[in-house]
Parts: sequence; C-alpha cells; structure tokens
Amino acid sequence: MAYFLQQLINGLQLGFVYALIALGYTMVYGIVRLINFAHGDVFMVGAYVGFYALASWKLPWPLAIVAAMAGCAALGMFIERVAYRPLRSAPRISALITAMGVSLFLEYFTSLRFVFGPDYRAFPRPFAVTSFDVGGVSISNIQIIVFAVSTVLMVGLTLFVNKTRTGLAMRAVSYDHNTARLMGVNVDWIISVTFGVGSALAGAGGVLYGIAYPQINPFMGVMPGLKAFVAAVLGGIGVIPGAMLGSVIMGVVETFTSAYVSSTLRDAVAFGVLILVLLVRPAGILGKPSREKV
Amino acid sequence: MSTRRGLGAGVVALLVAVAVFAAVEALILSGALNPYWQQIICLAGIVTISALGLNLIYGYTGQFSLGHAAFYGIGAYTAALVTRGIGSHSPAILPLSLVAGAVLAGLVALLIGLPILRLKSDYLAIATLGFGVIVKVLLDNADMAIPMMGGSRGMSAIPRLTSFLWVFPLAVVALVVLRNIVYSGIGRALISVREDELAAEAVGIDSTRYKTLGFVIGCMYAGVAGGLYAHLFTFLHPSNFDFLKSIDVLLVVVLGGLGSMSGTIVAAVAWTFLLEGLRIVLPPAVQDWRWVIYPLLLIVFMLVRPGGIFAGMEFRFLRARK
Repeated sequence: MAYFLQQLINGLQLGFVYALIALGYTMVYGIVRLINFAHGDVFMVGAYVGFYALASWKLPWPLAIVAAMAGCAALGMFIERVAYRPLRSAPRISALITAMGVSLFLEYFTSLRFVFGPDYRAFPRPFAVTSFDVGGVSISNIQIIVFAVSTVLMVGLTLFVNKTRTGLAMRAVSYDHNTARLMGVNVDWIISVTFGVGSALAGAGGVLYGIAYPQINPFMGVMPGLKAFVAAVLGGIGVIPGAMLGSVIMGVVETFTSAYVSSTLRDAVAFGVLILVLLVRPAGILGKPSREKV
Repeated sequence: MSTRRGLGAGVVALLVAVAVFAAVEALILSGALNPYWQQIICLAGIVTISALGLNLIYGYTGQFSLGHAAFYGIGAYTAALVTRGIGSHSPAILPLSLVAGAVLAGLVALLIGLPILRLKSDYLAIATLGFGVIVKVLLDNADMAIPMMGGSRGMSAIPRLTSFLWVFPLAVVALVVLRNIVYSGIGRALISVREDELAAEAVGIDSTRYKTLGFVIGCMYAGVAGGLYAHLFTFLHPSNFDFLKSIDVLLVVVLGGLGSMSGTIVAAVAWTFLLEGLRIVLPPAVQDWRWVIYPLLLIVFMLVRPGGIFAGMEFRFLRARK
C-alpha cells in the first residue's frame, strides 16, 4: 500500500509538470486550432533559462522560474508573430508543417556549440533535498514545490481566463474570430497573449522538470511535449480542466506502468490508453463532441 | 482527339521512364556512379513509393495519418524476417519478402484502421501518432519474442538484395497503380470522402469502407518501401521508424502538394538529394548547421508557397483522360 501511494505521488509529480505544458497546447489549440509542435521545445528553452539563472546568474529558484516564464513568453510570442501569423488564412496543414519546422529548428539551433551545446547538462539543485515521512510514504521538498508552484499557476490561469477582460476576449476569440473582431476585440493581440501565457507556463514547467529530473539537453522537450499534447487530447483539447485531468492521468499511468509492469513499455501503455479513450469518447474525457452541420 | 492525346502522353512517359532506367543502369554498370550515389538514388525511389502511399491516405482520402513510419517499419521487419528465415541470398527471394511485408502492413492497417478511422482530423492524427509510438516500443522489445529481430540493438545481417533494378520498376508500378486508382470510381469515391464525408454518405458512398480501403492500400505502399529499405541498408533499428520518420514522409507529401502525384515524386527525389546534398556541399565544420538550415528552408517554403509545389497540378501523363 505504501508502495502504491509512493508511486501515486511520483505519478502526480510527473502529471503536474505535464499539465503546465499541456495547458499551453490546449489554449493555443482552442484559439487557433493549431497543434503547436514547437511547444515542447519552448519547454526545453525554459529549462535552459532556469539552468543559466541558477548556475550562472545565481538567482534564487523562484526568480529562476520567473525568468524562464518571461523568456518563454517572449519566445512564444515571437514564434507566433514570425511563423504562424502569416499563415493564418492558409490551409491548416501548412501551419502544422511550419510548427514542425520551428520545432526542429529550436532543437538543432540550440544544439549548436555557441548556443546551449549538444551535451547533457546537470541541472543545479538550488536547495538541499529533504524528505518528509507521512505514514510510510516519503514526500520530498522538490515534490512539494512542484505541486505548490503548478497549483498556484493553474489557479492563476483559471482566474485569468475566467475573471479578466483579456480572458473574456480569449474565450470570445476561441468561439469565433470574426464575431470577436466585430465586438471590438483585437484578435491578433489576443492570440499573441495566448501564445505568451501558454509559453510562460511551459517555461515554468521546464524549470520544475529540471529541478525534479536534473538532467537537461536540447532534445528533452520532444517526449514530454508529445505526452503533454496527448494528455491535452485525452482530457479534451481546448478545455482547460481537461488538460489538467488528462495530464494527471498520463503521469500516473506512466509511473504505474514503470513501477508494476516494465519501464520499457511505459510509452506504449500511455499511448494505448489514449487510443482506447478516444475510441470511447472521440472528443476526450471532458471534451464536448461537436455536432456535424449539414 | 483528347483521348488519343492522353494515350500519347502515356506512351511518351513510358518511353521516358525506360530511357531514364537504361541511362541510370548504364551509369551504374560503367562504374560512373559509386555505391554511395547508387544508394541515394535507390533511397529516393523508396521514399517516393512510401510517400505515394501517404498521399493516397492523406492527399486523396483526407485522412490525416501521423503513423506512416510504423507501417514502413512493419514492412521492413517482416520482409527482413522472411529473407533471413528462408536463409537465401538469391535476389529471387526479394519479391516474396516484399509481398509478405506489404501484406502484413496492410493487415495491421485493416485491424487498426477499422476502429480508429472513425476519428476525425486532429484526433485521427493523434491516434495514428500513438499507434506509431506503440509500434516503435514493440520493435524495441521485439527480441523478447523473436531474438532475430534484435530489439533495441537492431536487426542486422539482412542480405543486400535491393538495387536500382528493383527500385525503379517498382516505383513505376506503384505510380501507375496509384494513377489508375485515383482516376477510377474508387478514386472518385475517395476524393468525395475527402471533400465532404457527409455529402458523400448522402449520395450512397460507404465512407468507412473507402477510408479503410485507401488507408490499407497506402499502408501496403509503405510496407513495400520498408521491405526495399531493409534490403538496401541491411540493418534495421527501431529508431529508423519513429515519429520523426512519419513526419519526413508527411513533409514530402505536403511540400509536393496534397493530392498531386507529380508533386510527390518531385518532392521525394528533391528531398532525398537535398538532405544528402547539404551533407556534401557544406564543409565539415558547419555540418551541424545542416539541421538548422533544413527546417528554415521548410518554414520559408511554407510561408511562400503554403499549398506545396504542385498544388492541384499533374504532369501531363498523370492527368485524367478526358
């Protein structure tokens, strides 16, 4: 039982990091219907900003997270401006291919010697790791930080989307660009903000990931990015609580497979669950199935 | 008149194909093309076959598949297993291996396609992506069931049977078959499903059946290409068939132009030569830049020409006869 609870906590830790990435996917998809394949690489850049903030600039860890969020927000908005905005009226596949191009570019450009370099780097530990024993289950201070920071960010995002005027405009744009524009919403700016907010969350996720699993490299974003995207689809893409739910399921399933079955089958089981869920609920767990119009 | 002109274009195209085949084969026999270039030419043909298959699935039927490399891998491993199982090094064994690879790829496509082709656009993409990851993981662990497959160490000692003699005629056959499908009643049904599934259903087209048919045939193309690949490089590794490889084929199809056979051929050949060409043209010191330049070209290309090179166009011999 203690082992089970321990694995559950490890799974939740992974799930919360996925959630921070998945939220960016789901927001961008909700608003421009684009699978932003470069999002996992924005997450990677966030981890590197955190790395430099801690190792070179000697910032305390909360400031490292803030720095990564600011850096990634700027990067996300820049990518949207240069690569996606010119294609907004083009076929959707063109934007998707461009997103893949941006993803490859970020991976290989940051692998160059004068950028981040191709090697694995050890992520600096900003504090000593201690564990607390709660009824035979140990919880580390790292896990508490991961839970606390992601919860604060997710609550903040929910308030932002539901309580602010910008959030209202975002919801309006996600329903219908043209109508929102007629209502006086600056659609281009709202899309920029969506990319910025989503990328900032991924940046925070990158730093938390680095602290929790302390090894980083320019390709580290690929698998977590893919898993987070799948988690967003699992929960119902475009639905914010769905992204959180899907991520937690994904993290827990993956950790349980490693613990009880085999770590080599981890990815297969995670994607198998996805296919099964999609067969039963084609729009994801919390997604609303769209009715076809004739 | 127009019928005769169409026929004429077909005959000319066939003569051109034979001439190209003879010219390249003569260059190979005279030793003017070293084995490295022969390999690249063969690879271009293999990529063409595989991409023609994906164009049938995505370009003509409108089913967004991100798992094409999985079927390529299934074909490659099956073909290699047949060859090594029989233990013969005679080229005569190759057709049998390729057929086995194509059949198994098609069978798996049928089994997986029947349930998941009910999903629409992005959801189908994600499900096929997931299927691709599952196949890769299974290949990574395949040595537990069949030691010969090597699992994550890769499968080696596959006899080198693929040559230009096989690749070029097979690519031509693949093209002719695809052309005939596209301009037949089946092709029209597939295109109608792509344009509007609901409307297609309304005029009595069984969309599930046609989507599955297009998917199975497209995946069989991938299976044949995989079998040729296995016998060209003589070594298979699960990472040759991961998500990025599916993206590679998708790029070729989209760059060429969705629903354009001419575009697929030009893009597949250009793509293979560009990737290798950048390797030769760039000095070794900037080799690392190859993968920086390539996505940049891709982004610029998409911004300039979002519909692909041959958007909605075909070479004359590939056009429908009036």
